[in-house]
Amino acid sequence: MSGIFNSSIGRKFAMALSAFFLMIFLVMHVSINFTSVFSEELFNELSHFMGTNPLIQGLMQPILIIGVIFHFVMGFILEAQNRASRGSVKYAKNAASANSSWMSRNMLLSGLVILAFLGIHFYDFWVHEMTVKYIEGDMSGLIDPNVADSGFRYYEELREKFVSPVRVGIYVVAFVLLALHLLHGFNSAFQSVGANNKYTKGLKGFSKVYSIGIPALFIFIAVYHHFTH
Amino acid sequence: MNLTLKIWRQKNASDKGKMVDYPISDVSPDMSFLEMLDVLNEQLINKGEEPVAFDHDCREGICGMCSLYINGEAHGPDRGITTCQLHMRMFKDGDTITIEPFRAKAFPVIKDLVVDRSSFDRIQHAGGFISVNTSGNTIDANAIPINKHDADKSFEAAMCIGCGACVASCKNSSAMLFVGAKVSQFALLPQGQVEATDRVLNMVKQMDEEGFGNCTNTGACEVECPKGISLENIARMNREYLAASLKG
Ligand code: HEM
Ligand code: SF4
Ligand code: FES
Repeated sequence: MSGIFNSSIGRKFAMALSAFFLMIFLVMHVSINFTSVFSEELFNELSHFMGTNPLIQGLMQPILIIGVIFHFVMGFILEAQNRASRGSVKYAKNAASANSSWMSRNMLLSGLVILAFLGIHFYDFWVHEMTVKYIEGDMSGLIDPNVADSGFRYYEELREKFVSPVRVGIYVVAFVLLALHLLHGFNSAFQSVGANNKYTKGLKGFSKVYSIGIPALFIFIAVYHHFTH
Repeated sequence: MNLTLKIWRQKNASDKGKMVDYPISDVSPDMSFLEMLDVLNEQLINKGEEPVAFDHDCREGICGMCSLYINGEAHGPDRGITTCQLHMRMFKDGDTITIEPFRAKAFPVIKDLVVDRSSFDRIQHAGGFISVNTSGNTIDANAIPINKHDADKSFEAAMCIGCGACVASCKNSSAMLFVGAKVSQFALLPQGQVEATDRVLNMVKQMDEEGFGNCTNTGACEVECPKGISLENIARMNREYLAASLKG
C-alpha cells in the first residue's frame, strides 16, 4: 500500500475517486434545484433539510469541500508534472487534433472556468448561507425569522439570483465548460480506475447523456427562473 | 515530386538546435520516407555538408528503431505503420514536410533526429521479463493450456515494438501505452503470474523515475501507435498496479 499515491497511477486513481464523488454530487444537486421549476414548496423543504441537517452540514459538506479542493489541486499538480515531462523544446508542428479531442487536451482550461464559477457560486449562495445560519445564528430558514408564517426564504433567494442577465450568462458559459470537462472526464475516470471492458461501449453512450444532460438541466433551471421572474 | 523539407538539426545533446529548410527534387512517389531521406543525405554528402542523422534498422516495421515526428504526427500521417513503412505517395508535389525528433524529457536528443530511448530499456529491465530456468529441463511453453482469448490479447500486447511513438504523441509524454503493453503481455499468461506483483510495481516505479508524465486518457497514443496497441492495456495495468499495491 505504501507509496501508492506517490505513483502516477495512484495519483490518477485518487483523481478519479474525487471525480466520481463530484459527479454523484452533481446529480443530487441538480435534482434538488430542478424541484424549484415545478414546486416552490418542495424546493424550500429540501433546501431547509439540506441546510440544517447536522449529518449533511457537519459531515457531507466538509467532505464535499475537501473533495473539490483535492480535485483541482491534484489537477494542477498532475498538469505541472506533465508539462515538465514534455521537456523544454516544443514541436514546431503538432497535429494534436488528428489523434485526440479538444476536451481531452483542455481539462485544465475547462476546470479553471468551473473553478472561477465555483468562486462566484460560493460567494452567491454558500457565504450567504453560512453568514445567515452560523454568524447571525438564524437557523429558521424563514423570510422573516420573527414571523413564523413568513415562509421559507430559499425559493425567493434563488429567484433573486437569476434576475441579472449577466449572472445567468456566466452560469451558462460555466455549465457549457462543465459539459466539455465531463465529456472527456466521465470516461477518463473509469479508465483511470482500470475499468475498460465489455461495458465500456455502453458506458460511453451513457456518459454523453450525463455530460450534456446534467449541465443542460442546470442551464434550463437558471434560464427558466430568469424568464419567469 | 518536388518538396521542401523542414528538418530539425542539432549537432549534439548540448547544442540548441534549429529547423533548417532543404529543397529536394525528383522524389519518386514509390520511395519510402527513409529512402527519400537517404537521397537527401547523399546530396548533402556530395556538397560536403553534414548528413541528417536519423534512426532506422530493419526498415520493415518490426524493430522499432525508426522514429520521426512528421508533419505533427509520430510516424507521419498514415495509420498503423512505422516511419520506415511510410511512402512518399502519402504526400503531394510541392508539399512542405516538417520532420522533427520524438520529443519528451525522457527521450533526450542525441543528434538531429536521433533520440535516446534507453529509458524504455530500463523500464523493461525493471520487470518486463519472466525468469525461466533454461538449464536443459525447460518445459515447452506450448505444454501449458492457455485460454485462446487471453492468448490472443497477450499476443496483441506483445506486438509493441517499443518505438516510443506513444510517448512522442502524448501531450503529457506519458509512457503508459508502452508499459501497459509490456505488463499486459505477461499478466495475461500463466507464466507471467509468479512475478506479476513485483513486475507491475517495479516497472511503474521505473517509468515514474524516468520522468514520463501522467496519463490523462487523451488516447493520442492509441491512434498513433504503429501496432494498434489498445488503451485496454493501460486499464489492465492500472488494475494490476492497484491490486499489487494493496498486496505488496
Ligand atoms: C463539479 C465539478 C467537477 C467535476 C464533476 C469534475 C470531473 C472530472 C472528471 C470526471 C475528471 C476525470 C478524472 C480522471 O481522468 O481520472 C476530471 C479531471 C480533471 N479535472 Fe475536474 N471536475 C470538476 C471540477 C474541476 C475543477 C474546479 C478543476 C480545476 C482546475 C478541475 C480540473 C481537472 C483537471 C485538470 C483534470 C484532468 C486531470 C487528469 O486527467 O489527470 N476539475 N474532472
Ligand atoms: S505502444 Fe505502440 S507506439 Fe508505444 S512503443 Fe509500443 S508500438 Fe510504439
Ligand atoms: S526501421 Fe525497424 S521498424 Fe522502422
